[in-house]
Amino acid sequence: MRIPIAALIGLIFTFAYFFVAIFAPWIAPYSMAEVVSRDVWLPPSSEFLLGTDNLGRDLLSRMIYGGRTTIFIATAATILSFTTGSILGFLAAVLGGWADQAMSRFVDLIMSIPSLIFALVVLSVMPVTVPVLIVVMGLLDSTRVYRLARAVAVDINVMDYVEAAKLRGEGRGWIIFREILPNALSPLIAEMGLRFIFMVLFVSTLSFLGLGVQPPQADWGGIVKENADGIVYGIGAALYPAVAIATLAISVNLVADWILNRTTSLKGGRG
Amino acid sequence: MSDKLLKVQDLKIGATVYPPGEKPHDIGIVHGVSFEVEKGKVLGLIGESGAGKSTIGLASMAYGRGGVKITGGEVWVNGRDILKTSNSDVRALRGGEVTYVSQSAAASFNPAKKIMDQVIEAAILQGKFSKKEAERRAVELFRKLGLPDPENIGNRYPHQVSGGQLQRCMTALALCPEPDLVVFDEPTTALDVTTQIDVLMAIKEAIRDTGVAALYITHDLAVVAQVSDDILVLKMGDMVEYGSVDQIINNPQEEYTKALVSVRSIEHAEKTPTPSPILKVQNITARYKGTNFDVLKNISVELHPGQTLAVVGESGSGKSTLARVITGLLPQGNGSVHFSGRDLSKDLAGRSKEDLRELQMIYQMADVAMNPRQTVGTIIGRPLEFYFGLRGAEKRKRIVELLDEIEMGEGFIDRYPAELSGGQKQRVCIARALAAKPKMIICDEVTSALDPLVADGILKLLLDLQKIEDVAYLFITHDLATVKAIADSIAVMYQGEVVRYGGKTDVLSPPFDDYTDLLLSSVPEMKLGWLEEVIANRKMESAGN
Repeated sequence: MRIPIAALIGLIFTFAYFFVAIFAPWIAPYSMAEVVSRDVWLPPSSEFLLGTDNLGRDLLSRMIYGGRTTIFIATAATILSFTTGSILGFLAAVLGGWADQAMSRFVDLIMSIPSLIFALVVLSVMPVTVPVLIVVMGLLDSTRVYRLARAVAVDINVMDYVEAAKLRGEGRGWIIFREILPNALSPLIAEMGLRFIFMVLFVSTLSFLGLGVQPPQADWGGIVKENADGIVYGIGAALYPAVAIATLAISVNLVADWILNRTTSLKGGRG
Repeated sequence: MSDKLLKVQDLKIGATVYPPGEKPHDIGIVHGVSFEVEKGKVLGLIGESGAGKSTIGLASMAYGRGGVKITGGEVWVNGRDILKTSNSDVRALRGGEVTYVSQSAAASFNPAKKIMDQVIEAAILQGKFSKKEAERRAVELFRKLGLPDPENIGNRYPHQVSGGQLQRCMTALALCPEPDLVVFDEPTTALDVTTQIDVLMAIKEAIRDTGVAALYITHDLAVVAQVSDDILVLKMGDMVEYGSVDQIINNPQEEYTKALVSVRSIEHAEKTPTPSPILKVQNITARYKGTNFDVLKNISVELHPGQTLAVVGESGSGKSTLARVITGLLPQGNGSVHFSGRDLSKDLAGRSKEDLRELQMIYQMADVAMNPRQTVGTIIGRPLEFYFGLRGAEKRKRIVELLDEIEMGEGFIDRYPAELSGGQKQRVCIARALAAKPKMIICDEVTSALDPLVADGILKLLLDLQKIEDVAYLFITHDLATVKAIADSIAVMYQGEVVRYGGKTDVLSPPFDDYTDLLLSSVPEMKLGWLEEVIANRKMESAGN
């Protein structure tokens, strides 16, 4: 198996980000909230590779721990949104009729409210903890996954092989997991990459607005917020998280593209 | 070179393939084909799918489909090699000197533009006619092609005319710029038999009247025999036989050509009905949800154990709807389905596992009837597991037995559907149906998507299996040749009604009602002059008009 160079770059970066996120406590030179210098916004030096932040904490360590938080929340929310969204979407396609109508119109209703506004409203009345963040983001985003999954499954559901399974007397479980799911996987996986990135942006936005991850816990959106004032003085601390988000987004997309390519040209792929 | 309008010499065409898990590489798809077409003559290109017919047809316009490259040889049109000429010259050639009629007119017309605008477009772009002249010529061609209301039909949109009419509009489109050569690529394949005959006749007359030369591409030798002067038989990109129509049809030399000529010659003697039918459909009426039109009107038919009932008719006659009612996918309005000594519940949910097992179905498009992500072993094994609880070695043994029965063997067990040929796919579908040990199988147009020789193989297999397994077939088809080959009794359907029903010999012997006569006479026969004979003798116009 040969991996195209773009996918290889994507894979290396994605792997590196996840590696750093998982082993943050061993990799970070300082702890997350420790004030290591009396000077704030020090420029990069051999002691502090990315300099210090607005409170004199090591920025590199903040970035590493922040990546851990952001990537963990985004991953968990993506998994939640895909499981909920695709199972409900498949179910709607298979059941049809009023069940489909009820679910689809409910999803339309949720989607008619901008998700950021919706999330801000919910988070302003609920305690802002990491589990709550994950659930709110995951469920809001599952509406989009639901739409995609339902659309793909409706197409597959009218194929003769699904009809053959129905005529055989197969239950819904078999039809959803054995007939529809394997054939719906490639568009869903490609979408997963995009949704993951959207989640990273979403949680960063929430933190930037102060309703996401709460200080002193670090996350990329929060680091931007804390150091935003520095930009006025020509200090680039707020730009590091931005660059991190951008490179992660591109890498994950490169990997998703490659997976999509591989699965569609697989034996028995759909084209 | 004067009278040789088109001269193709040692044409070689290749394409790049991207097999999964291997490096992309080039393969040859046409290996050195040579032929000539004189002015006003028609050359038939015939072969199964993959023979390279369409590729050669397009190469005579110096065109290769995506990924296809013309790798060698010469194509001379009007005394110049069009493979070596300039781009602007090729542009003048396409749509001017050489035009093209594709298989699916419905997919080739722009649905947003009126027919007339599309018919005259090329003639105007090529600067051959002014808009007025082109329109006059188009109307004249519409008349020549037997289209109703030739003055005004051009003002309609493509969806406002029938399939057969649209195919004739496409022929008008091709003839409008006064080309020297027209490439017809399976122009009647997508049409019903009774419509096909009108389109064929229209094309033949238009060719004769305009004196244009033509390449006529088809997989149906009986059709090409009606319109061509010469025939070139192709197989997998190689020339098999090249000669006059008379020689190819009446005195074929090569084994492959002989097989093509003698296709559809299966003999099957009619069996006598038994006292207790396995399937008894009584006074069925059915309509689709949300409509107030009965697609089936008072249908009653019977099928006896181990026998075959053929349901024949054109598209839209209700054949497949009947199958949907019997399988329970479409609950009937009135009437009952009596199967294997019991009444079947109207809808699928009310049927027992045993009901479902004993009544199996085989589909027209084997490609979409199998899950592309399941192996042959899973596809055939699932009914064994589901109905009989077979597991492991026991299941595998039975799968291998079934694969042997469909003449494929154990080697196929781990293959995916995409790795099978069209005929093999249909065989696997047959094995899946047989795995349930059914008493009856509904075969919905199971051979119509296959090449004639492959279809013959499937029909023979079905007949053999019927003898071994004693299974009854309800065989839905529009092809009377198939019916003659395998049926014991026949029901002819027309607009939702059974217009003729009985034993095969009775149904196929005169006196006929008008519709059965039309249907019977429309099946192309492998003899010269058949088309003119039929047009002269038939009693009823086809539904396409």
